[in-house]
Amino acid sequence: MGEIDSTSNRLRSQPDGAELRAAGAFGEWRRRVDPAIASAFGCILVLLLLGSLYSSSFLSPEYLLQQLKVASFLGVIATGMMIVILLGQIDLSVPWVVAVGGMMATAATGWGPVGVALAIPVGIGCGIALGLLNGCGVAFLRIPSMIVTLAVNAVAQGLMVVHTGGFSPQDASSPAMRFIATGHSLFGIPNALLVWAVVGGAAVFLLTRTTFGRTVYAIGNRERAAYLSGARTRLVVMAAFAISGGLSALGGVLLAGYASKAAQAMGDPYLLPAIAAVVLGGTSILGGRGRYLGTVAGVILITLLQSILSVMQIEEFGRHVIYGVAIIAMLLVYGRGRRHSD
Amino acid sequence: MNVTMNANGDWPYRLREHRGTLLALLAFVVMFTIYASNHPAGLNANVATTAANKGVLLAIVAMAQTLVVLTSGIDLSVGMVMVLANCLASTIVVGSPLMTALGALGVLLVGGVCGAINGLIVVFGRLQPIVTTIATGAVYYGAALALRRVPGGDISAPLADALTGQLPGGVPASLALLLALVLIVWLPFRRSAIGRAAYAVGSSEVAAYMSGVPVRRAKFVAYTLSGLLASVAGLFITCITYSGEASAANGNTYTLYSIAAVVLGGVSLFGGSGSAVGAIFGALMFRTIGDLLFVFNLDPLWQPLFQGVVLAAAVCLGAARLLQVRNRLDLYG
Repeated sequence: MGEIDSTSNRLRSQPDGAELRAAGAFGEWRRRVDPAIASAFGCILVLLLLGSLYSSSFLSPEYLLQQLKVASFLGVIATGMMIVILLGQIDLSVPWVVAVGGMMATAATGWGPVGVALAIPVGIGCGIALGLLNGCGVAFLRIPSMIVTLAVNAVAQGLMVVHTGGFSPQDASSPAMRFIATGHSLFGIPNALLVWAVVGGAAVFLLTRTTFGRTVYAIGNRERAAYLSGARTRLVVMAAFAISGGLSALGGVLLAGYASKAAQAMGDPYLLPAIAAVVLGGTSILGGRGRYLGTVAGVILITLLQSILSVMQIEEFGRHVIYGVAIIAMLLVYGRGRRHSD
Repeated sequence: MNVTMNANGDWPYRLREHRGTLLALLAFVVMFTIYASNHPAGLNANVATTAANKGVLLAIVAMAQTLVVLTSGIDLSVGMVMVLANCLASTIVVGSPLMTALGALGVLLVGGVCGAINGLIVVFGRLQPIVTTIATGAVYYGAALALRRVPGGDISAPLADALTGQLPGGVPASLALLLALVLIVWLPFRRSAIGRAAYAVGSSEVAAYMSGVPVRRAKFVAYTLSGLLASVAGLFITCITYSGEASAANGNTYTLYSIAAVVLGGVSLFGGSGSAVGAIFGALMFRTIGDLLFVFNLDPLWQPLFQGVVLAAAVCLGAARLLQVRNRLDLYG
């Protein structure tokens, strides 16, 4: 690739050696840095600058660390959403899978010592089960993910309403949940951020270094071709939705630990920001294209935007308007599709 | 093959084209019969009117969603446009008949503008509909919140009574409203060149573009009409509740239910096939499902789960097409 590019450069303008090296380096840089990701990080810097004009505490390490901690809840959820979006699908079941994760984990805490120990795995396990349901519908029944996940969301909501109303389970979180959500470990880094780092590292490894990851990108580009190439598309789709469900539930576990209790509508504010974060990070909503670094940028961007809007004490309606306009504006800058004539 | 054969012999094709709509109609009739025959008060005019008002509200939102889904887009802001129209209607649709009429026109205008903004961003901004309408939905919700920080307001009582009451003979007036919308908005759209273009865009946008179909205009009109219909729903919900409320939960619920209704009504989410009439029956059916529990005296606690399971079952019926697939490759788009 690089060879051909530099050759054609030389043929066209015949520059001298130094110029060629500079152009090559610039070309290399341009290839490696996705413009969308660069713009997302640029927007983060602009937001921080705007914030620091308002109050100097915006650039303090405490504030930034606090923001990263808040961002890690969204980050964990957006990681699962990104893998599903890379497939060219979408997971609209996030709100109630998050709630299921949080509520089942706290419910397990009420079962006694064994339950306390198993709280986190129980919550995540329930999320994975719902994710597998999503995956079955998409991979085997071939129903558009938008409807399957919508239906699973409705079923999860129904289950939780019956669960809380009929069995009145415990809603206080276990010490372990509070520890991973609010505690601090080495050098005062919040544990939630470490959880996100582990999840993110695993996602990067999965997406770039494994057959699973390559198949995810292949399916997102053209599922038919991936199938014809012998990829086990159905298994991969199932696994992707299971991962998304599990990570949403983990997000719910973290949120329940953060608020020290689980509530029914706790997942509602996370669906749209998760999709927005993934898309702002340059991942194509049509699938097949996107890098995890972009999602990290998108998550931080969304969290900072929300934080700055609330710190500036803009009224709630203004926050919604600015939030929506900012997403549209950023996407218009770098997220546009192709013309028909292309 | 002669001309008479063509005129009379194509009914299997016509039947197949309307299969989704007819199935939705059939399912709705069956469910509504069960509902009405088990209702403790029997099917009197009041029961029918209450049921019709709830059903028509969702049906209008589902029509709005259909127009966009036909172009293989999706409008996740319909619920929020409805909420915005609700808040606006509770503010300006009051006073003398002239003021009321002007206010109602204003509400419809705002709805149309909201839809047009979606259309402009999708068509000229070339952003994906799903992300666009999520973001514009947040903006419309913010506008609704600015109008109504706390629930309240009022609406002209004569208008509300006329729309939610009964026509002479006990027919719910809301059904007449729905029929009027079908006749004034849906049928002209379906039969116009723009409407056909919308179907063509939904089937294959590239092919439509290559054939000189006005792709941009079709999409723009579909989104604008969608916003307009959503504002009619907002006006109607104000007539039912006599107040305005900027409720995000309400908006999201109606958006999600509208997608469910569209699917139950046999409209393909991939675009290009289905009809708003099918979506209307899908919406009425979805509402009846929710009410079925009530007539069977089941614990209301189970209602969300029941509704969810029925939705999931209906969605799984969509998998029936797998049985017709001859070539496995057809499974992968």
